Amino acid sequence: MKVTRRQFFKICTASLGGSSLALMGYAPTEALAEIRNFKLERTTETRNTCPYCSVGCGLLMYSMGDKAKNAKSTIIHIEGDPDHPVNRGTLCPKGAGLLDFVHSPSRLKYPEVREAGTSEWKRISWDDAFTRIAKLMKADRDSNFVAKTADGLTVNRWLSTGFLAASASSNESGYLTQKIVRNLGILAFDNQARV
Amino acid sequence: MALQSLDILRRSATTTPSPGVRQTTEVAKLIDVSKCIGCKACQSACMEWNDIRDEIGSNAGIYDNPRDLSADSWTVMRFSEVEVEKDKLEWLIRKDGCMHCADPGCLKACPAPGAIIQYSNGIVDFHEENCIGCGYCIAGCPFNVPRISKKDNKAYKCTLCSDRVGVGMEPACIKSCPTGALVFGTKEDMIQHAEERIVDLKERGFSNAGLYDPQGVGGTHVMYVLHHADQPELYHGLPKDPSISPMVTLWKGITKPLMSLGIGLGVLVGFFHYIKVGPNEVEEESESEQQ
Repeated sequence: MKVTRRQFFKICTASLGGSSLALMGYAPTEALAEIRNFKLERTTETRNTCPYCSVGCGLLMYSMGDKAKNAKSTIIHIEGDPDHPVNRGTLCPKGAGLLDFVHSPSRLKYPEVREAGTSEWKRISWDDAFTRIAKLMKADRDSNFVAKTADGLTVNRWLSTGFLAASASSNESGYLTQKIVRNLGILAFDNQARV
Repeated sequence: MALQSLDILRRSATTTPSPGVRQTTEVAKLIDVSKCIGCKACQSACMEWNDIRDEIGSNAGIYDNPRDLSADSWTVMRFSEVEVEKDKLEWLIRKDGCMHCADPGCLKACPAPGAIIQYSNGIVDFHEENCIGCGYCIAGCPFNVPRISKKDNKAYKCTLCSDRVGVGMEPACIKSCPTGALVFGTKEDMIQHAEERIVDLKERGFSNAGLYDPQGVGGTHVMYVLHHADQPELYHGLPKDPSISPMVTLWKGITKPLMSLGIGLGVLVGFFHYIKVGPNEVEEESESEQQ
C-alpha cells in the first residue's frame, strides 16, 4: 500500500487528535474501589434501654460528634447492646427502627393539655403539668374514694382513676410506683408492655 | 477505612488481574430458615444501617412487606404456604437478598469498569458511582436480586454491610436477629454450624434437611439451612441448581472479544479505504451515459 505525502499527514493528524482527546480526560478513568466509610468511626456511644415493651432490651445509641463545644450532637444510629443480658445485641423490628422514632416529627417531647371544649393542644410546663395532675387526682379521689362497702367491709379503693407507667423503669422505680399507686387505692394499674 | 486494592478479587469489565498475594478470611452469612419467625427485624436493621427508606406500600393480603426487593429494600422476608405432605400445611419463611456468589453472574455481565467488585472475603459489592444503569446485572443474576433505582437509574442490592465487615463487625441484619436464625462468621465456621443444625433437624423428623450452598455459582457467601433441602423451590422459588445464564457466559466469554475485534478491524479498514481510495464519486459523464 502506497501512502502519499498528503495521506501521511492526514493519518498523523487523526492519531494525534485521538490521543489528545484521551489525554484530556475523555477516556474512561480507572475507578477506585472503596467501601462506604464506616459511619460510627468517631461517634459517641451511649447506653440506654428500649422504650417499647417490658422486655427492656439494651441499646447503644450513636451520636454524631465528640461532644466538642461547637459541635451539635444528634443521634445517627441505634443498635442492640451486646453486653446487655436481656437481648445480647439483638432487637425486634420496632427496636431496630428506633432511629426514626427518635426523629419522628410527631414525637411527644413536653407536656401538652387539651382543655375541655377545644381541639387545640397547648404546651404547658412540667411544673404546671404536675400541679394540674395532682389537683385533678385529689379532686377525683376526694369525691370517689370508697373506704367501706355498703355492708361495712373496709376496702379503701379508688376505682375512677387508672395509672399507666413506663416499661423501661428499673426495679427500684417500679417498686416505688407500685407503692404510690396502691397507697392511693388505685386498682387499675399497668406498665405499658402492650402499648 | 477503605479496603485496599490487594483485597479485591475481581472488578467488573476489567481484564487486568487483581493482586492476590494476601489470604483474607472468607466470610459467610448463614440463614437458618427453621429458626426464623419472620419478625423482619433484619429488614428494619438493614434500612436503618444503610440509610434507605422504601415507600410505604399497600397490604396485598400476605405477610410479604414490602412485596418485592427494590433499590430501597435490600432484604425482604418471603412467606410461602405450602403443603409438603397432604393435609400438612407448612409456613416457610425465607429471608431473600443477595447471595454473594463466589462466581457472581452480575459481575460477569457488568460492562461498567469497577461498578461491581468482589472482595477476597467473598463480599460482592456494587459501586453505584461507576454504574451506568444498563441492568445487565439483573440479567446475570441467577437469584433475581439487583434492582435499578427509579431515582438515579443505578443498581442497588445488599452489600453484606461491607462497611461493617471491613472494620470487623457483623452485618446489621445478623446483629438484630432475635431468634439467632441469622449467624455470621467465617465460611468454614458457618458450614460447621449448619451441619450441627442439620443433625438436630434430622432428629426432629426433617429427614431432608440440608445446607443450601449451590455449587453452580461456585458456592455462596449467604447460605441457608433448609428443612426441605431436596426441594428448595418450596421457599418462594429458590432455584434448585442456579447457574449464570448461558447468554451471559457466551457473550462475555467468546462473542464479545470476537465482536470487538471485528468492529475494530472494520473501522481500521474503513479508515484506510477512505484515505487511499476516498469516497465513491460518480462522474458526470458516466451519469449522463446511464440516462
